Amino acid sequence: MTITLFDFLALSGVLFAIGMAGVFLNRKNLILLLMCIELMLLAANSNFIAFSRYLNDPAGQVFVFFILTVAAAEAAIGLAILVVLFRNRHSINVEELDSMKG
Amino acid sequence: MTFTLPAFTPAIPEMFVLGMGCFILLVDVFLSDRHRVVTHWLSLATIAATAWLTVTVAENAGLLTFSDMFINDSMGNVFKLFTYLTVALTFLYARDYFNDRNLFKGEFYVLGLFGMLGMMVMISAHNFITIYLGLELLSLSLYAMVALDRDSPAASEAAMKYFVLGAIASGILLYGMSLLYGATGTLDITRLGVHIAEAPDINIGVMFALGFIIVGLCFKLGAVPFHMWLPDVYEGANTPVTLYVGSAPKIAAFALFMRLLVEGLGGLRAEWRTMLIVLSILSMAIGSIVAIVQTNLKRLLAYSTISHVGYILMGILVGTTAGYQAAMFYVITYVIMAAAAFGIIILLARKGFESDRLEDFKGLNDRSPWFAAMMLIVMFGMAGVPPFVGFFGKLYVLRAVIDAGMIWLAVVGVIFAIISAFYYLKVVKLMYFDRAPEGMKPVEASLDMRWVLSGNSLAILLLGVLPGPLMALCARVITF
Repeated sequence: MTITLFDFLALSGVLFAIGMAGVFLNRKNLILLLMCIELMLLAANSNFIAFSRYLNDPAGQVFVFFILTVAAAEAAIGLAILVVLFRNRHSINVEELDSMKG
Repeated sequence: MTFTLPAFTPAIPEMFVLGMGCFILLVDVFLSDRHRVVTHWLSLATIAATAWLTVTVAENAGLLTFSDMFINDSMGNVFKLFTYLTVALTFLYARDYFNDRNLFKGEFYVLGLFGMLGMMVMISAHNFITIYLGLELLSLSLYAMVALDRDSPAASEAAMKYFVLGAIASGILLYGMSLLYGATGTLDITRLGVHIAEAPDINIGVMFALGFIIVGLCFKLGAVPFHMWLPDVYEGANTPVTLYVGSAPKIAAFALFMRLLVEGLGGLRAEWRTMLIVLSILSMAIGSIVAIVQTNLKRLLAYSTISHVGYILMGILVGTTAGYQAAMFYVITYVIMAAAAFGIIILLARKGFESDRLEDFKGLNDRSPWFAAMMLIVMFGMAGVPPFVGFFGKLYVLRAVIDAGMIWLAVVGVIFAIISAFYYLKVVKLMYFDRAPEGMKPVEASLDMRWVLSGNSLAILLLGVLPGPLMALCARVITF
């Protein structure tokens, strides 16, 4: 059995959908939300790698390195904001982030 | 194997900002709080020098460098100069505000400069990689800036919401880019444009990619239904940060639309036009109607931004050169008006008094007739009353729409412009016909802030009386 491009795309599609669903369904924990965002970026990464191999073009793999680096910086800032938020509100519950409305 | 060194000259302004950003970060560490103002003036000097460098190395014909990843062209340079202007205004307005609140720290300036670098890279990007890196450099700086006031629950909540929604938008944009890469086999904007134009059979993958990219871009610009972060961020953040978030990044986001959608995906104009029509009408509708019930001026201005984004999208969706030029004129004038509006809120704010509720503007005419007049100019400008510049922004956009034969869309635009005039005029009524509450202090501000803010507001009037030169500039640099 050979693994085709389609299989990779299906995998990344499923990863992306899980990440997206997690962001919108999860109402309890902000850390889970950060993990879901990471999952979405990884879905894009696996897409790039699959296409890069398929097209025989290394540019896609180079892009993946940049995405991984930026994702690490993004996670650092996200967690820092999370710490600030917890200090101020003593909760990381998504449902309690509702002081501003309208 | 030999390597040729790329031409560095076209990117010298970016390198200079990067170097100065690091230098200011370092200098700031060794400054005591009494000398913090050095950081302030150093940042402003950096911006001035960057503007000079940009003019010096400007290439009108468009010069590609770094393996075609970076472009120096006249459209980008004009965008960059207006970006510098708004960032410099933000820094000028921010000093007294932060000084009053013990928040006068170097971080705001360093993050502001790195955010500006991100915008410059976005504006000059000619490859998906540079687009993504510029966008993230800007976004990461903005997230941190919104959380700058770390003891404020509202600011940290706003930062978290902004971070989550912004990161989702980046993820969606990246996924769209990856699909586009698979369908066309290139990351380069020009080659993407050629490929799309030469392959008229549009497959489902490209359409998906287009959808993802438009969603990602509209998240960043703040179009309905991707606007949820905007009102909360505007309200929660400190006013100077709101000014930063609400002004210059709009120029960069518009540049991204031009590069990615017009230059790269111009062959799919018929497809993205339909999507943008829906987004544009929704933005104008939600922005105009929801703003009416707001009691917080910053939140009101957030919804006003959303409705202005609707008009910007309207100019883009026309898909003609005149439409892009009108949209560019609109973006630039909107950014000038937004800077003045938030500048006046900052001017009226004191320690412990944010002056961001509508009732804080009651009787402003008694407290300061001059700044009430300035606010009047800003509000009339945003409402689109002639002879202020907002009128010409709307006029050019609507004319481009009518010329393209979409009269019904122009009618919708005019209707929402009239609805939105209601809340701008409400602010004017509060300032001139209501009495100030007891115990309101007279307006006091430093001299440079007064002068710059007055110049900023009077520019709205001046550009309205003489819109020709700016429009000619837009017409000269946009040639798609």
